[in-house]
Amino acid sequence: MRRRALLPESLQIVAVIRLPVSENRRSGRRIHTSDRRRGRGFLWAIWIPHPRSAFGRGSNALASKKRSIDLGFEGVGEVRREEAETRFARDSRAWRRILALASLAALTVGCRSKPSATTVVEFWALGREGEVVQRMIPDFERRHPGIRLRVQQIPWSAAHEKLLTAYVGEAMPDVFQVGNTWIPEFVALNAIEPLDQRMQSSTVIAVADYFPGILDTSVIERATYGLPWYVDTRLLFYRSDLLERAGYPAPPRDWRAWVDAMTRVKERAAPGDFPTLLPVNEWQPLVILALQLGADLLRERDTYGDFESAAFRAAFTFYVDLFRRGLAPLATQTQVANLYQDFARGAFVFYVSGPWNIGEFRERLPASVTWATAPWPAPDQRYPGVSLAGGASLAMFRGSPRKDAAWQWLEYLSEPAQQIALYRLTGDLPSRKSAWTEEGPAGDEQTRAFRIQLDHVRPTPKIPEWERIADEITRHAEAAIRGQVTIDEALAALDRNVDAMLEKRRWLIERGERLPS
Amino acid sequence: MKRILTVTGLYALLGIGVVLTLSPLAWMVSASFMPTGEATAVPPRLLPSRFTLDHYRDLVTRMNLVRHALSSTLLASATTAISLLLNSMAGYAFAKLRFPGRERLFGALLAALVIPAQVSMLPLFLMLKQLGLVNTYWGVIIPGMASVFGIFLVRQFALSIPESLLDAARIDGAGEFRIYWSLVLPFCRPVLVTLAVFTFLGTWNDFLWPLIVLADDDLYTLPVALANLLGEHVQDTELMMAGSVLTMLPVLGLFVALQRYYIAGIMGGALKE
Amino acid sequence: MTAAAERSSAPFRVSPGIAFVAPALCAIVTFFFLPVAGAVLLSFTDFDIYAVASWRNLRFIAFGNYSRLLRDPLFWIALENTLYFVAVGAPLSMGVSLGAALLVNARLVRFKGVFRTLFFLPVVTTLVAVAVVWRYVYHPRFGLLNQGLGLLGVGPIDWLGDPRWAMPSIILMAAWKNFGFNMIVFIAALQSVPESLYEAARLDGASFPQQFRHVTLPLLAPTFLFVSVITLIGYFQLFAEPYVMTQGGPANRTLSIVLLMYEQGFRWWNMGYAAAVAFVLFVIILCLTLVQTRLR
Repeated sequence: MRRRALLPESLQIVAVIRLPVSENRRSGRRIHTSDRRRGRGFLWAIWIPHPRSAFGRGSNALASKKRSIDLGFEGVGEVRREEAETRFARDSRAWRRILALASLAALTVGCRSKPSATTVVEFWALGREGEVVQRMIPDFERRHPGIRLRVQQIPWSAAHEKLLTAYVGEAMPDVFQVGNTWIPEFVALNAIEPLDQRMQSSTVIAVADYFPGILDTSVIERATYGLPWYVDTRLLFYRSDLLERAGYPAPPRDWRAWVDAMTRVKERAAPGDFPTLLPVNEWQPLVILALQLGADLLRERDTYGDFESAAFRAAFTFYVDLFRRGLAPLATQTQVANLYQDFARGAFVFYVSGPWNIGEFRERLPASVTWATAPWPAPDQRYPGVSLAGGASLAMFRGSPRKDAAWQWLEYLSEPAQQIALYRLTGDLPSRKSAWTEEGPAGDEQTRAFRIQLDHVRPTPKIPEWERIADEITRHAEAAIRGQVTIDEALAALDRNVDAMLEKRRWLIERGERLPS
Repeated sequence: MKRILTVTGLYALLGIGVVLTLSPLAWMVSASFMPTGEATAVPPRLLPSRFTLDHYRDLVTRMNLVRHALSSTLLASATTAISLLLNSMAGYAFAKLRFPGRERLFGALLAALVIPAQVSMLPLFLMLKQLGLVNTYWGVIIPGMASVFGIFLVRQFALSIPESLLDAARIDGAGEFRIYWSLVLPFCRPVLVTLAVFTFLGTWNDFLWPLIVLADDDLYTLPVALANLLGEHVQDTELMMAGSVLTMLPVLGLFVALQRYYIAGIMGGALKE
Repeated sequence: MTAAAERSSAPFRVSPGIAFVAPALCAIVTFFFLPVAGAVLLSFTDFDIYAVASWRNLRFIAFGNYSRLLRDPLFWIALENTLYFVAVGAPLSMGVSLGAALLVNARLVRFKGVFRTLFFLPVVTTLVAVAVVWRYVYHPRFGLLNQGLGLLGVGPIDWLGDPRWAMPSIILMAAWKNFGFNMIVFIAALQSVPESLYEAARLDGASFPQQFRHVTLPLLAPTFLFVSVITLIGYFQLFAEPYVMTQGGPANRTLSIVLLMYEQGFRWWNMGYAAAVAFVLFVIILCLTLVQTRLR
């Protein structure tokens, strides 16, 4: 059982203890008999009878008999009246302390929800946004005097489990930030509220103002379950100086040019340096390439893998070829000792990443390093190529008793002005096109490529099993890259495993359950 | 001469051991008093250039650590109190009171020690959810209310209560509970103190179960709050060090004050029955 | 509570022993044994996120989870990591404990109590707090360890980021945290070795290493067994250190079985699968414990 509760965390004990005979000392202290204590309010609820009064009279008879027995033990057994009472006094003091603590607990626990005129909206924010959003609260509360906002900040690493545990434990907040890829799970749980009606009647929110691909991530079965808060996508970061030296003053616009650029870079590169860094434990580049070729990844209402289709096969082959031709190194993300140092050194020219690295690159790279961002090259002439729709959305808990107040907060955060404020505080890119002002994100040279890309993003399959499927894709891709399996074998195995993962989804759909897809 | 060499050698080894053992803790304390950014300076500083209480103040005022400390204290005290009562009653019964199936029951309980606690956590969580105890203090206290180890400790000690004492009390007409309360408990005071220290320390330091059960950050215990803090403030070395110090201080104090009992509880014959 | 006091005189006799044992037993059965049984049952179902939404989405799949477990590369990685941790960490920890016990218990050493307490201090510290501290100690640039190694001329090692060094880092930290505990047990055992045996050995001209081999070790054998059993049981349940310090990374090199169970169970809510993992862990521990005690 809770053996761990007793012992140091990493060890448990199976021990036979032989303790020395006790050293019951005689205490000659004065008697502190005290009467029963009656308390008020909470104290009543947890009143514990005074030990002595519970079985008062017998102790005297007991004590007098004891004295006549010679027990032969040092200090044990001579239960004298004073000692008995002192022990009771000691015990009763201990009991009263416990009482006090328990009532303190009851008070603190009981006092958590104060009925008052103002509505308190509980908001869970993840990561850095959680800290930063605190600064936006005073303005909101001024504008909506009847609403008070309470923010709880949760680190990204614990966010997924915290949200689900809160749902199971019925301790969900009213509004919460959620990663876009998690929305299908919460819809499956029936935990979030569809927002279409509110969105349409809102004066602040213009549905057309959102990037369509991004908004699409929150739309499941034609109902919108989240308002995109900030956006995220991946595109190419590259060393513009090295690329120019290889004969490409402008970034490549299609796959053929990209491969050509990489080949030229490789010719001039030192051994051990590669044109592009594609960590093999990241699924995003491969999936992006597949999406660009129009692959659907899953078929038949997302119940079967579609990885042996022509489109995915072509993307997969292209991806694996990059490694086989030596254009990308065989390294996982963690094996790259220091991404920034290597980039500065010119160990690679292209890197697929997201907006968070704009700030990091600016901070960590020396000024002499010229780098830039560019949208994805397309497989054909329709520049740019599609990328992933990512980011975080704001969702409302379906069981919240204060949805109207929660909606006010959602609206507030979705105002273009607030999105610009968030951008200034964190560097997160706004999800509304009107927030891309010249003074804000659009004025930033490196961010402009994201603006272009965001008009060309697609979501991944919107099912709860997606993360597991993504992991599976990574695993098989790595096996193919390392030459452990052929491409055909990898794709067939991938299809098989994904089909097995989706088996339950198929069963539920056959039973007629309404499922997100 | 050889003796002096041996002694010096022994003390030297011991000294090195102490330095290696305590250096992370010493650095932790030292870093918690450093101004921001100093702990991560290269070359390293071992002592703060300027003694500052900023981080402690931050923790107490902004991060609400006092609330978490109170949570931890409350949970640890409540669990200790309840578990002392339950375990001592059961331990005494297994030692001195006869009832059918006593030995077999005790054997079964001992066998349970091999089962890792994590096996029970998932269904226990679901069970507490049905009872509505998730995200409450009781959800943390209840699974720790009684433990096989506690019963075991008390039983071993209670075996040495002289039968004659109990018989005499029974002859006098004292009820069983009175005997337990006024004879057995005082007799067992050392093992009870040991058990209390073990339970308090263990509950205070417990991490996984409060992490699972408590969703509201109001209710977080110190270790959970600290882990949460780490998620966000991994860059603030000094702040995290101060948080660690505050988390550890009570249990270290308790341990140093009562180490006699704690260590006596572990020593004394490591034989398995 | 006080009802039990008068039970001996009540007409309906409940054996006082049962009355005393009842509360603790009820608590243990309800909140431990029942969940363990539930875990076994859970492992035969495919409880997942859909089942959280509705009980009707639950299916009984017999050994489906177990066969999935056996085919899951992540499980084998976790098992391998855990075995690595146990195989290297347990002997290391026990060796350090024994060494410390011998040092502290040496005849010529005074202030035994002080040293004993100092060595024991890491054991009572909060694991999360020390994991935080050690995370900084292991930092590649300004961590104490790399600074110290730098003095010796060894280049900086990315302790927690390099897949080769991540588990050794955790092993080292676990040894530091736990050696005090076993040290106490060893001290107790050493103190129970009669001094006369050592004197006899010395009279026969035995040097200290020989005394150690022929007097100390054989008498310490049962303690060794005991310590190794409890250390093993504890080490197999490695969780908090990787959870706080590395989150199972890098590249899943510090993913332990309990961490896998936690992630599957509480992060992705594949509770049926997680219960199967937990049960397999239990079986492994049980087997190893039995093997060890039979070897005696």
